[in-house]
Amino acid sequence: MGWTRKVLRVDLSKGTCTSEPLNMALAQQYLGQRGLATKYFVDEVDPKVEPLSPANKLIMATGPLTGTSASTGGRYSVITKGALTGAIACSNSGGYFGAELKFAGWDMVIFEGRSEKPVYLSIEDDQVELRDAAHLWGKTVWQTEEIIKKSHQDPQVRVCSIGRAGENGVLYACIVNDLHRAAGRSGVGTVMGSKNLKAVAVRGTGGVAVRDGKGFMKAAAAAKKVLADNAVTGQGLPTYGTQVLMSVINEMGALPTRNHRDVQFEGAGKIGAEAMRQKRPSDGHAQLVTNAACFGCTIACGRIAKIDETHFSVVNKPEYWGASGGLEYEAAWALGAANGVGDLEALQYANLICNEDGYDPISFGATVGAAMELFELGILTEAQIGMTAPFGSAQALTKLAEMTAQGVGFGKELGLGSKRLCAKYGRPELSMTVKGQEFPAYDARGIQGMGLTYATSNRGACHLRSYTVASEVLGIPIKTDPLVTEGKAELVKAFQDATSVFDSAGVCIFTTFAWTLADLQPQLDAACEGGWSMEKLAELGERIWNMERQFNLAAGFTAKDDDLPPRLKTEPAKTGPAKGLVSGIDKMRPEYYQARGWDGQGVPTRETLARLGL
Amino acid sequence: MQKSLHIDPNKCTGCLQCEMACSFENYGVFNISRSRIKVFNFEHAGRKVPYTCTQCAEAWCLHACPVEAIKVDLATGAKVVHEASCVGCKVCTIACPFGTVNYVAETGKVQKCDLCGGDPACATACPTGAISYIDSDWTGLDKMRQWAGKTDSQPRAS
Repeated sequence: MGWTRKVLRVDLSKGTCTSEPLNMALAQQYLGQRGLATKYFVDEVDPKVEPLSPANKLIMATGPLTGTSASTGGRYSVITKGALTGAIACSNSGGYFGAELKFAGWDMVIFEGRSEKPVYLSIEDDQVELRDAAHLWGKTVWQTEEIIKKSHQDPQVRVCSIGRAGENGVLYACIVNDLHRAAGRSGVGTVMGSKNLKAVAVRGTGGVAVRDGKGFMKAAAAAKKVLADNAVTGQGLPTYGTQVLMSVINEMGALPTRNHRDVQFEGAGKIGAEAMRQKRPSDGHAQLVTNAACFGCTIACGRIAKIDETHFSVVNKPEYWGASGGLEYEAAWALGAANGVGDLEALQYANLICNEDGYDPISFGATVGAAMELFELGILTEAQIGMTAPFGSAQALTKLAEMTAQGVGFGKELGLGSKRLCAKYGRPELSMTVKGQEFPAYDARGIQGMGLTYATSNRGACHLRSYTVASEVLGIPIKTDPLVTEGKAELVKAFQDATSVFDSAGVCIFTTFAWTLADLQPQLDAACEGGWSMEKLAELGERIWNMERQFNLAAGFTAKDDDLPPRLKTEPAKTGPAKGLVSGIDKMRPEYYQARGWDGQGVPTRETLARLGL
Repeated sequence: MQKSLHIDPNKCTGCLQCEMACSFENYGVFNISRSRIKVFNFEHAGRKVPYTCTQCAEAWCLHACPVEAIKVDLATGAKVVHEASCVGCKVCTIACPFGTVNYVAETGKVQKCDLCGGDPACATACPTGAISYIDSDWTGLDKMRQWAGKTDSQPRAS
């Protein structure tokens, strides 16, 4: 158990929905969610497929612990070939949607083809149908959810949808569920939009059973205690959210600032956790209203915030005045430090727009950063952008957020991401990306392991594939020196493999601040048939990583794509503890290939593949 | 000592561990659509509020039942639905002013909170203490303590 053992296959070209049994032999090898859905995907889809063609598929997948009382057991992932990257994409989201899909009786939903006209998928347990979405097309995520709840006459229905960004071809569009949780990166929402699929509405009334109820409750309770007793998951994250990192990373000299020109942001104090908790002069309230949990989560790192009603961005716009999703560290960095903007309310407004119209604030913010550098270099002009856009301009940031959401003017160019923008204007080296995806909030010069993490991530630059910040900054599970390259190849490999398991189980990666595989294993073993030992899980993680790698190699990626932009390799950090350092990626890469059992070109050797059963 | 479920919405994060614990205790599966406690999300106010039966002393549901299927558990004070007697007429769901007795189409009976026989699973599962099971006569004790702490706190000249 754990699995519902049912897969829903939706052919959007034909308009059909069919149920098929989950391949349990594969479930034993790939567990669920990221691993299992990626296995389905690579078996069914040509690696060379154009991401936005009908031949690409998109899978929404839960894990065996999704919908159970395991802490954070509410996750689902979206697996496809990424619109932004052309690499394998797997974007993971919390909220309540994933658990509801499981309660409706589905381990995963596979979307194929392309609908002739806009549709949405309605799921009520095993009653499944594609419905006309003409009235939803052109609507925001927030409007779409409201309209669907009203028309279904069911406030308990859960919705994931794309906003106008996903319809307009913004290449980093998200799929947003529960108003402000998102399968955020790599453009999974763009792929959904290309299929004319606007939303999925789901209501589930079935239950999720586990193999050994008593054993499971005991294992889950023990694991929850580990989270509660840990300083990061028990105190830091619920109190400050991921924003707890802003001042820490800035002090380390690893906060990429102004398109990675600098590694420390003088305005960091104005956009971090402390700032969100400070009472504003205008209304006497702090921006942060409360923390919030996703389904089943006993950490509750989520931020619920209220914007300052007197801020220039929302004057006369009461629709933005209510409490809604607040700034997480990545968004605050990308919208703030990455383009030098130190106006917390402007960042919150841009964040709301990202949620409302469904696009990734990391890629968007970083692309604005690149545009601002092009503007400062005189390559982009005021006439081209439609405004002056120097680093630090909150006016430009908020206006450009609206234009990107609506797909108008220069917003159309920003919607294509930093790589295409910088290439178009003849300065490709200014794009801070790997495999076409923008960096998140850690500078590869100040935290060396993150450079290797970005370069080798299967979905393009990403912190969530091997969060070595845990070790290099927080000392979890052991403290390593962030400024050196020694030992980072093994560290990154270990994090990548373990993360692949957590992403396939149905739980949140944030548990790994406190949990190791040894905390996850008893929960999985009690929930699922098949005897889930530590050895089996460790091998599973490595198998998933190599499977994703093989897809990317077949898609045309090579060792050349496991690299960082020249800025990080040639322009030393100007200030802070990493002053004078560049990224040692060229030293770490071959060490990493070796640790992985890959050849000098980054191709898994025959022995490695055989060992993993690939 | 009689105990009551006591709810402090300010501590609720909306994780739904209570709903999962309730359904697991009563049906052996995780199924929040069968939970007898529900968490309501007032999105734009940023509030999450768990809500369930308060076990009224003079219980409307009990008095309304034509077949005496709702009985008092003398140990806990809970008003308990006896499924064998319940005929699914739903009169109790009309009588209850708070909406905490609900019909279950699958079984043809009603369900409501029964305090799990004196060890409510929701309270045990709540990670933040938003749901607790405490002395019925003193559910206000924490609030009193809070306010008490604010009185007479001015520094005094000795």
